[in-house]
Amino acid sequence: MSRIHSEPGRSGMLDRLWHEDDDLFRHNLPGRHRAGRVWEALFLVALLVGILALTLLIYNIVDQSFGLVAVQFKVDPATLAVDGTPVEDLSGSQLVTLIRERVSKGVVRRLDSEQPLEERGRDDLLAIVMERVVDPKIVRSWSLTESLLKRAAIEAERADTYPEASLEFRSWVNLEFISRPQSSSPQLAGVRTAILGSLWTIAITILVAFPIGVGAAIYLEEYASDNFINRIIQTNINNLAGVPSIIYGMLGLAIFVRLLEPLTSGALVGGVADPTTANGRTILSAGLTLALLILPLLIVNAQEAIRAVPRSLREAGYALGATKWQTIWHHVLPNAIPGILTGTILSVSRAMGETAPLVVVGASTFIVFDPNGPFSKFTTLPIQIYQWTARPQAEFRNLAAAAILVLLVLLLTLNATAILMRNRFSRRLA
Amino acid sequence: MAIVSSAPRLSSHVVEVPLALRRRRRPGEALIQAFLFFCGAVSILTTFGIVYVLTRESLLFFAAPEVNLWEFFTGTSWIPAVGEFGILPLVNATLLTTTFAMLVALPLGLAVAIYLSEYASTAVRNVIKPVLEVLAGIPTVVYGYFALTFMTPILRTIFGRDVVDIYNTASAGLVMGILILPLVSSMSEDAFSAVPRSLREAAYALGATRLETAVRVVLPSALSGITAAVILAISRAVGETMIVAIAAGAGPAFTFNPFKAAETMTGHIVRISGGDLSYDSIDYDSIFAIGLVLFVMTLALNLISRAIMRRFREVYE
Repeated sequence: MSRIHSEPGRSGMLDRLWHEDDDLFRHNLPGRHRAGRVWEALFLVALLVGILALTLLIYNIVDQSFGLVAVQFKVDPATLAVDGTPVEDLSGSQLVTLIRERVSKGVVRRLDSEQPLEERGRDDLLAIVMERVVDPKIVRSWSLTESLLKRAAIEAERADTYPEASLEFRSWVNLEFISRPQSSSPQLAGVRTAILGSLWTIAITILVAFPIGVGAAIYLEEYASDNFINRIIQTNINNLAGVPSIIYGMLGLAIFVRLLEPLTSGALVGGVADPTTANGRTILSAGLTLALLILPLLIVNAQEAIRAVPRSLREAGYALGATKWQTIWHHVLPNAIPGILTGTILSVSRAMGETAPLVVVGASTFIVFDPNGPFSKFTTLPIQIYQWTARPQAEFRNLAAAAILVLLVLLLTLNATAILMRNRFSRRLA
Repeated sequence: MAIVSSAPRLSSHVVEVPLALRRRRRPGEALIQAFLFFCGAVSILTTFGIVYVLTRESLLFFAAPEVNLWEFFTGTSWIPAVGEFGILPLVNATLLTTTFAMLVALPLGLAVAIYLSEYASTAVRNVIKPVLEVLAGIPTVVYGYFALTFMTPILRTIFGRDVVDIYNTASAGLVMGILILPLVSSMSEDAFSAVPRSLREAAYALGATRLETAVRVVLPSALSGITAAVILAISRAVGETMIVAIAAGAGPAFTFNPFKAAETMTGHIVRISGGDLSYDSIDYDSIFAIGLVLFVMTLALNLISRAIMRRFREVYE
């Protein structure tokens, strides 16, 4: 009796199983299997929801990047033709005459003082004519889905609300969008400044983060003994990886923008781009902030790559009389470098998409000039997307969608490179 | 035995190392090691920098005459213009978006993890995991755009335009859930795969179905790993910025209605610092005080998550 009481589960269950044959196994078996199938379906649905979310996200962006627009001209370009030559084919001098005739005196004077009209190239002049004389305005835009499915209704709405406007299909992502600077009118705005800003910032981020990150990884993997300070460093890196990116922005604002302003604004180096306005809110500050942000990620990735190098390689190096550094430089690093680079690219693509810290560091809201060095003001692609999204007009949403497409393509290229490298690397090891 | 006995013989064969080689100082090597140590120390400096900056500016903020520490933590209105600095509206909005994010990410993430680790074939897993990685790699500003131009209109169609504001915490929270889903699912899946195969075999041998094995054996065994994942996800949601900055609304509001606009801590920091901010103003100092609260919250969550993870590892290794 007492034995059974002490182990009620095992012996009791076994006894019953033995005697009642397989009744217990069969107990409500169809019901249990049904429950299993239902839940399996539910798990699958959850998975599909995840995939659906990604699909919807991309659909939404593509949907907004293309579509019909209603364009209204201040002056119909057809009326600007000289002797039957359409305005696009006019010569430079004809365009100058046109500008002097049609554009207000004040604007012409300002343009002249920037660079005399006669000395400008034909493309530049044509751009001025389009902007100042023809002045196309997108009065309404439709999404791709609407454009494809409700063409007739759109046509009717245009005739009703904007009788002077003409409908055209517009791809918001186009060559001009990529090559034009920022502008306050949506049909002329582009992401050139933002792309260049992103590239400059990322370049500085890589220049700073890569050597320090790899150095730290080498230190932790090859040199650090298991003592108090090194354990602190390792724990600290892991914790830094979880700090919200906006906190790094505040660090950048207080240290790089404010405290180190003489350095980051370029005053110390004498390379001041625009001393009145930049005051520390420069590409250099942004790049340094992002470098600190991705360091933990980069270090952890590099550590893994270095750890994967077989110990025998090091022993062989030492056996041949190489010093520690010679072994690391000639044997460990060459073998770890593909892994390190893959990790670096992944970290860099993270930095490329970061927005919040750069807003805090002080990205410029509106600049039309290309950045010309680490000390100039900056904007980046994600910042541009944020600003366009925040505007109420629908046309800026289209621009934001187009800029997102550009950003995603850039990131995809980066990540594809990383994956290709990873595959090549793993093949070599195998 | 043979190896041990041969050891002393070997040592007698060791060539006498020339003294010069053994004792040679190598300044180059020492210099390199010092530089590498400096690289490692940069991370410590970063931490010190963060703590120093946040504390210093926060102290300036709390020293200001219009700020009162008690009111800071208990006040329900944040209106810098009239000197009211109660952080509760911002914290409240952060908790609202985080709750919505977890309502999406927790069930979906867990279900995805169970499916991937217990049901899916290798082929399916090879397709799904990259998809999740892509979801995790999309910049958050894109999710913000998605929330504002897609999720909000849907919510407004379902619940009515008078009920749902253009900017609302529900939309931001739901989309944030999608952002965090990959984090929850991949960490939970790691936890599931750490459960020894023998436990599953034992359950099958006792006649359990696949579902019963997954839910009653694997899930409880992986519970601490999942808890760690969830806490880390919460920390991520609390610190998430761009989605709420774009879609949750501009302007602190103390409301529990998820369809109303309300500004989170991160959203407020971004909006204030995005404008023309002059140093040494109370606005400038106030965002650092909010930043300090944010930092402490996320750090605490991360530390708890890591502590649980460490304990969890000890169970099966």
